[in-house]
Amino acid sequence: MEVVTSQRISVEVNGTTYEREVEARRLLIHLLRDDLDLTGSHVGCDTGNCGACSVILDGALVKSCMLLAVQADGASIETVEGLSEDEELTPLQQAFRDQHGLQCGYCTPGMLMSATALLRDNPSPSDDEISKAIQGNICRCTGYWNIVKAIKAASGQEVE
Amino acid sequence: MLLSEVGYARPETLEQALEVLAENSGARALAGGQTLINVMKSRAASPDVLVDLGGLAELRGIELGSDGTLELGAMTTYTELIGSAEARARPILGEVCAQIADVQVRNRGTIGGNVCSSDPTNHLPPLLVAVGATFTIASRDGERTVPAEEFFLGVYMTAAGQGELLTKIAIPPGRKDGFATVPVGVDGTCIVNAAASVNGEVRVALGCVGATPEVVRPASADEDAVREAVRAADLDPPGDVHASAEYRKHLAEIVAARAVEQAAGRKS
Repeated sequence: MEVVTSQRISVEVNGTTYEREVEARRLLIHLLRDDLDLTGSHVGCDTGNCGACSVILDGALVKSCMLLAVQADGASIETVEGLSEDEELTPLQQAFRDQHGLQCGYCTPGMLMSATALLRDNPSPSDDEISKAIQGNICRCTGYWNIVKAIKAASGQEVE
Repeated sequence: MLLSEVGYARPETLEQALEVLAENSGARALAGGQTLINVMKSRAASPDVLVDLGGLAELRGIELGSDGTLELGAMTTYTELIGSAEARARPILGEVCAQIADVQVRNRGTIGGNVCSSDPTNHLPPLLVAVGATFTIASRDGERTVPAEEFFLGVYMTAAGQGELLTKIAIPPGRKDGFATVPVGVDGTCIVNAAASVNGEVRVALGCVGATPEVVRPASADEDAVREAVRAADLDPPGDVHASAEYRKHLAEIVAARAVEQAAGRKS
């Protein structure tokens, strides 16, 4: 069985297919940011704790700093750049704006992807369910309350 | 962060995986990667070759046998286990997996990876010891089974040696199980944890108090008996920034009693 140190991979990101030769050691986040110039996903901690690099891979929310790019060969990936198809904000993004769900904004791409994954599974989540869903995303400004409100508002539920 | 240069193989069959593990002495199996990739970043592990198990359908799946035995493929993710109707035959499994880290980690992390990393703060080693699980380990020479109690050999060390691969975890029937932990924040790293099984004999496995799960067998499910059994084990846990050794020892008694209470109170 052949062992390689680099490999040609194909990934579909936000509907566009990319083929790249990548080293086995390359993390998915670096493929996205440095090779594909999709810099919306952030590197916060680089240790798998902060969730700023969260993307949706074949329908499942993952942290792209804890995945090798070669492991994503053949996968379909959604990043924050793919949320809105044009210049308009999506209802979720608009809710983050309306509810002041971001301060410095660093965690926001990851928060949006976690919220997107949540709302697909659970279109009307409770506050507790929202808190659980963003457990893997750290907001260093500690603006969680407004993030929870924004996700709740985006789900069409009333917020105070 | 840049990882050290590493070789990579993505076998399509178990046979290929065992071959590449056997032929490369510095090879490590890559399951969900939620521990291994991070320890590679910190250079705490530097495998020469990563054997990506992601393509092996043989290591996936959850089956409930007619005798009530659950068989879990080593590459079963926490999320798959939580959502599995079959796995509800032993409800504690999904309940505990739902307490591990966060959504992202549960989507990638696997039960095989959890036990093979043999981190003393992990949830599944004490749980699988308490429920009396059996682990199937494969190599080019064949298969062998090891009871969970004998699988964990030390910190980051298990009975799955070089050239071997954990393929399957079998769990006997039973429902009266419990789990209790004092973690660092909700669903965070365990400071002390305990799993209990009260299906016939009372068995408690304590985590975070030694290199491997510490098994105690209280005479009964009474709180006094559980506390007495933990005291009699004369634990010598490590102290760290989260808890002194003395405090861990104190907590061990409490979480053991809570886990047994939950186990004994559950309908069989």
